[in-house]
Amino acid sequence: MSVLVIAEHLRGQVRDVTRELITAGRELGPVTVAVIGQEPGSLVDAVNLDGVAEIVTVTIAAGEFENDAYQAAVEALIADRQPRVTLLGFTVNSMAYGPAAAVRLGLGFASDVHGVALDGDAVIATRSFYGSKVSAELDFPGADGVMLLLRPTVWAPAEGQGSASVSSLEVAAVPSRARHREIVEATTSSDVDITQADFLLSIGRGIGDKENVEMFEELAEKMGATLSVSRPLVDAGWMPSSRQVGQSGKTVKPTVYLAFGISGAVQHLAGMKTSGTIIAVNTDPEAAIFNVAQYGAKADLFDVAEELEKLF
Amino acid sequence: MRTVVCIKQVLQLGDEVEFTDDGLDVDPEYLDPALNEWDSFATEEALQLRERLGGEVVVVTCGPKQSEAALRRCLAMGADRAIRVEGAGRDPFSVARALAGVVRGESADLVLCGVQSSDAVQAATGTALAELLDLPRAAVITRLDYSGAGTAVVDRELEGGLIDRVEVETPAVLTIQTGINEPRYANLRAIKQAEQVEIDVRSAAGGGTPAYRIRKMFVPERGEGAEMIDGSPAEIAARIASIVKERLA
Repeated sequence: MSVLVIAEHLRGQVRDVTRELITAGRELGPVTVAVIGQEPGSLVDAVNLDGVAEIVTVTIAAGEFENDAYQAAVEALIADRQPRVTLLGFTVNSMAYGPAAAVRLGLGFASDVHGVALDGDAVIATRSFYGSKVSAELDFPGADGVMLLLRPTVWAPAEGQGSASVSSLEVAAVPSRARHREIVEATTSSDVDITQADFLLSIGRGIGDKENVEMFEELAEKMGATLSVSRPLVDAGWMPSSRQVGQSGKTVKPTVYLAFGISGAVQHLAGMKTSGTIIAVNTDPEAAIFNVAQYGAKADLFDVAEELEKLF
Repeated sequence: MRTVVCIKQVLQLGDEVEFTDDGLDVDPEYLDPALNEWDSFATEEALQLRERLGGEVVVVTCGPKQSEAALRRCLAMGADRAIRVEGAGRDPFSVARALAGVVRGESADLVLCGVQSSDAVQAATGTALAELLDLPRAAVITRLDYSGAGTAVVDRELEGGLIDRVEVETPAVLTIQTGINEPRYANLRAIKQAEQVEIDVRSAAGGGTPAYRIRKMFVPERGEGAEMIDGSPAEIAARIASIVKERLA
């Protein structure tokens, strides 16, 4: 089963998810990695990893990701190499062109996939529904090929020097209707750096009200912890984005991660699941955060917080 | 200025779950409907565009009669018209085709979708819709700067706290991220009024290969999971304190 992996890169660096895609791909068959960019040759070494059979470069005019150029390149690669499976990361960039290419080419498609298997010749993808509380197995009858967007941080990144052949594919330039201007750092540097903290006290939607932030700020100070938050608190404007843990915020790995009122959306878990010890307090016993936590308590957040404050 | 907002009524699963007899979905009895969180931000963005530039806001959904409640939520927020298209599959490509059939006729200046739905998290329908409409697009938008014609400048929220600033030709399809604005609450009077609005119901044309087929749905194995600490709040706090102190020692 031939596999095409689309490398993802930003500011001249191949992103980690690419190495994870290679790991997932090589379990299915010979892997071709495509590098699409202004100077794709400079990224070839970074993807020449154990299990990669071939690397194809496609040169485009844009200095960073642009969805029209990527779509045209991926469609040309699929037409040329006829892969059974095309793997992309479930990332912000893939979201902007993957579904477009798949619907246009009549490919089977699934995103946020966290398991891939073969059943005879058929590709079976596993993904979650209903707030990660249930999983489903998907297949793709009637489709010639399949495009899967794989959830980051599920597969281990591929390592080890590879011995791939390297070639290039000419793709005719297409007009770019959404043009990259600049990359901007969204976070302010004046605040604390939560990635450096040894102990994070992290709060989420469960705290309910803006007025309750202060209580946890005080608790964090007493415990000697740094306060971090999940996305909803940043969206609500209660805390700055510099404090946000998760895929769109910071990836953290403190010795202790103590979560209050965080249900554990996939994007949040991706940013903290490798922490040393994870302790979660939540009122919902089915909260996904209990799947990655070593210790959990189903309890009222405020009662526990109040008691905890007395102990430090 | 006409903005079309494509919305979804999501189905939320509580603590308990039972599956339908065929094992392909959750029993509807266990699901609570709600307007998708991302779509309330998309609707708010469209309403703010109308406040600045005039014109109208049209909300469209693909789903059964029950999903009209989500459309009425948007009408109560201030949308001008609502269209429901029925008879399509629920995978993102079938939904995108059904939406395209309606949106095409609206000659919108902008089409806004939520980045993803909270119950399925696919982040696919908006981008597939743009392709079917042959419109420029940008995904995961946290800021929109648009004067009503020409190009829009948007911020795309990348991973790790980075922003990709992009200029997009219009008409365009934009997928809207949470946090871009502060969605307004509808007051009681507006909610009552929205109940009276007639919703335009259309049938999906059908055809086209779905994105996928569900073979079975199941409760995932939990692995080891967390060791649950029982007891009173004081006992839980004491145990947490001792774990924290031990680990940080």
